[in-house]
Amino acid sequence: MIGARALRIEDPVLLRGAGRFAADVIRPGELHMRVVRSPIAHGRIRSVDVTPALLLDGVVAAWTHADIAELPAIGFRLTPLADLLPYRQPVLARRIVRYVGEPVAVVFATSAYLAEDGAELVRLDLDPLPAHLDADAEPTAWLDAEQATWAAGLDVELPAQDSQATAFTVEYGDVDAAFAAPGPGWRVIETDARIGRHTGVPMECRGLAAVYDEAEQQLIVDGAAKVPFWNREAVAAMCGLPPRQVQVRETHVGGGFGPRGELYPEDVLVTLAAVRLRRPIKWIEDRQEHLVATNHSRGQHHRLRALVRPDGEIEALDAAFVLDQGAYVRTHGATVASLTASMLPGPYRIPHFRARAQVRLTHKTPAGTYRSPGRYEGTFARERLVDRIAGELGLDPVEVRERNFIPAGAMPYERPIQAMGTHLVHDSGDYALLRAKVWEKFDLDGVRRSVAERRAAGELAGFGFAFFVEKSGIGPYEGARVSVDSSGAVTVTCGASSVGQGVDTVLAQVAAEVLGIAHDTIRVVRGRTDQFEYGRGAFATRLAVMAGSAVANAARALAGKARRVAAHTLGVPVEDLGLADGRVLVTGDPARALTLAEIARLLDPSGAAELGESPGLTAEGWFHSDHMTYPYGLHAAVVRIDPGTGRPHVERFIVGYDVGRALNPTLVEGQIAGGVAQGLGGALYEEFRYAEDGTPLCTTFMDYLIPTALEIPPIETLITEDAPSPINPLGVKGAGEGGTTAVAAAVAAAVDDALGRPNAITSVPIHPAQVRRLLG
Amino acid sequence: MKPSPFEYVRPRTLTEALAAIAEDPDESKILAGGQSLIPMMNFRLARPARLVDVNRVPGLAGLASDGDRVRVGTLTRHHAMEHNPLPGPLGGLLRRAAAHVGHLPIRTRGTFGGSLAHCDAASEWCLVARLLDAEMTVRSQARGTRVIPAADFFQAVFTTAMAPDEILTSIALPALDEHYRTGIAEFARRAGDFAIVAATAAVRVEEGLVTEARICLGGVAEVPLRSAAAERVLLGERWSPELVTAAAEAAAADCDPPGDAHGDPAYRRDLVRALVPRALGLDARR
Repeated sequence: MIGARALRIEDPVLLRGAGRFAADVIRPGELHMRVVRSPIAHGRIRSVDVTPALLLDGVVAAWTHADIAELPAIGFRLTPLADLLPYRQPVLARRIVRYVGEPVAVVFATSAYLAEDGAELVRLDLDPLPAHLDADAEPTAWLDAEQATWAAGLDVELPAQDSQATAFTVEYGDVDAAFAAPGPGWRVIETDARIGRHTGVPMECRGLAAVYDEAEQQLIVDGAAKVPFWNREAVAAMCGLPPRQVQVRETHVGGGFGPRGELYPEDVLVTLAAVRLRRPIKWIEDRQEHLVATNHSRGQHHRLRALVRPDGEIEALDAAFVLDQGAYVRTHGATVASLTASMLPGPYRIPHFRARAQVRLTHKTPAGTYRSPGRYEGTFARERLVDRIAGELGLDPVEVRERNFIPAGAMPYERPIQAMGTHLVHDSGDYALLRAKVWEKFDLDGVRRSVAERRAAGELAGFGFAFFVEKSGIGPYEGARVSVDSSGAVTVTCGASSVGQGVDTVLAQVAAEVLGIAHDTIRVVRGRTDQFEYGRGAFATRLAVMAGSAVANAARALAGKARRVAAHTLGVPVEDLGLADGRVLVTGDPARALTLAEIARLLDPSGAAELGESPGLTAEGWFHSDHMTYPYGLHAAVVRIDPGTGRPHVERFIVGYDVGRALNPTLVEGQIAGGVAQGLGGALYEEFRYAEDGTPLCTTFMDYLIPTALEIPPIETLITEDAPSPINPLGVKGAGEGGTTAVAAAVAAAVDDALGRPNAITSVPIHPAQVRRLLG
Repeated sequence: MKPSPFEYVRPRTLTEALAAIAEDPDESKILAGGQSLIPMMNFRLARPARLVDVNRVPGLAGLASDGDRVRVGTLTRHHAMEHNPLPGPLGGLLRRAAAHVGHLPIRTRGTFGGSLAHCDAASEWCLVARLLDAEMTVRSQARGTRVIPAADFFQAVFTTAMAPDEILTSIALPALDEHYRTGIAEFARRAGDFAIVAATAAVRVEEGLVTEARICLGGVAEVPLRSAAAERVLLGERWSPELVTAAAEAAAADCDPPGDAHGDPAYRRDLVRALVPRALGLDARR
């Protein structure tokens, strides 16, 4: 069952249209929330007057910051550097607006239409101030002492803060000494790399529906995604309730990708309104809001400098990058900058390494994580550098990479730095083997010859590739409870979350494997804080590793319990019993057996007491980990450029990826296909652009260009299992992000090749106009 | 993205529709396919007080040959244009142009007349209408029927020569004889997007000589632009790929395109240079 191309157990409900997404939660008497957003990028708030809105029939309430002044700024969930505290976002703008789209006021009305009518009537009196948009520019004054002190919430007076929220260095070895004393013939090779501001744009916008249930004395919040348990704690604190009085429940989710499910100002407003107004409150984000309100991402500028031996070996890498954080630091804290720095060396040894990160504020939508955060950016920069090294030394780009790979024999390989608060230890891997397998499977030598022939015939065809290391399976824990009812039906209850990735199916497969039953008979309950006590969430490609291992442990514990009961009942030693087809049977005499249903009935509380067991055929399992796993892969692209328009057309996209163990290869391939599509978005189409005054120019799908099925080539995938993870019982590494990581790097290399101009592409997205210019 | 309040009326005859608009022309809007108007209302960029839905008015859809012309009813859907049975170079041009309009769901609803009245500079139908010097028949309650030639019809972005109380009822296109070569080529970042630059052409070649030349460009001016320079290069000359290349150069040199995030003026000229030959079927590369 593990490793099978099992059908998704989520799909029958979704395909029948029976799913329940946030907007499907409809409660009698519900009020619709509409956020009044700043129309300017930077300005002083003179006044916000909601009175005209309150006079509109159907408007029930309207708030400004004054109405929620007791709420603190929104806290950090990850990488909570103290430096960043003054830059946290208030729930509603306080004194100053700092980006177009910042929530300034909120209106609650009896319909979504009236709420929008009411929101239009709110009078904003704002004094425009100059917008600061260039993160590369020297830091400028950003927060006065009052705002810094308030936002930090430390009961300590802070001074004014500039627009550089934090700067830090991740390093090992001695970079300066290496550059100061190069060997004979060693070269210093530099590159500049820019990754445009874009983000994960799920098909379903955000949404939340909350109600305070007077009968149960519970605040019920539907529409959560990603991190319901963390959000429950945060919402409870914001609303002044104990966590046991708050239930956060996932609905079906139309895509997550990082931005969705974090605690945003709107989440606080919806839940607080449900408590204060004692009416069901609903907020469904529209697309125009989404593109200015939900986290942006990427937006980095790298400058890399490598000290390279004549044979292409990288002796030292000195990197500096600027991250355009937007107007506030949200729940991710310094996660993206931290991951960018730590994961920058990728698959290469690099004896001396230093990355200097600068996180800078601008008057744009705040930025957070997006599928492969930090790795998409860092891989683009690093692999562009490696291609440049190959070009300048006249070496084959394959040769340069292989010369620098961490050898398989050096695994596990510890890089003496940290990533997401864990020691960075490549747990397993054979990078050269994957490279060779992809080359052979897709005949990449033949592909290179063929594009060279096409170029010789006058066509602008090119091939490029890039190698990367991902990370997955961050701990510290996940848990699960597996239960069998009196009919023998199995339920897995856990703290995992689903953003549509198929986690239910994979967890069911793991339980099915251990219990010897069909995976599609298992019900998976997750994403509900009232059903399980702890869960860390669906992010960082962690659930197959963490929740998968927890379910394996729980199912094994349950199997042990079932065998103990069967042994006692059948009068045979436990060692003689096995599990198959939902029965515990005597090995060698399979007619002697008890079904799981029979065992469950034997374990009713009275029976269990007699057996000396805890009641019920149920068991919990936990999995703890203080290290991540490190899957790795190769992306390759074949590109043709239209000489008239400059448009790069991606003809083929190839992914080789080692996930240690593919619990469900079809779902792994699906993750990769979706990831590649998003990677191509960042490489060729998607970019949030701003006018000089900070007005966002991409607030609809006419201007924010998500590639459609017509722009995505067939994606050819090779999944390998050559390097199982030694640090979890399944040997699994995550599959969620490796489709995205190296797309920009591979496409840029292919465009260079098609143009016949090494190092021509140093920024993404690649614009046809820019390519046309390069053609002269 | 919910529209502001509006009144909705659904007349059953053209007379009723004209009367419904005449009551308050400046605050009324005609709803045809709604593929531009409804999104604009949802963005609250358009706030008509009254929406006059003409979809139930009979006789406003369909194509009919009328001697040396073809009459297109204003409510003819893009999808019907894409599958029109007209023979010859005109039918082919209309089919190819329709295929460029948005995506299939948009084409099943959006209308030929609605697109012209909306007057988006990137619209395929505005280009084709200007290319062929279409004649627009418009009607109002107060002044009855009048005909506006395409050269006068398109005035500026989103602005036509129609008065607010007028409805575009039908469009006359010249039936093109078999000596015409027609075509359209456009460039957009993604399939189905509004073109950044588009080129349409109708060139009559008889016994190797160009006897009539029409080249019309989109995305280089506020309204569809007939390239007189390119047409001059072609007219009376012997048909050849080199001639078309020269015409494309002339078209690129002659226009004065705007610059925006989708392309600066130089790039738009490059696109004109690339697309004019493609509109005439000389370069199949997309």
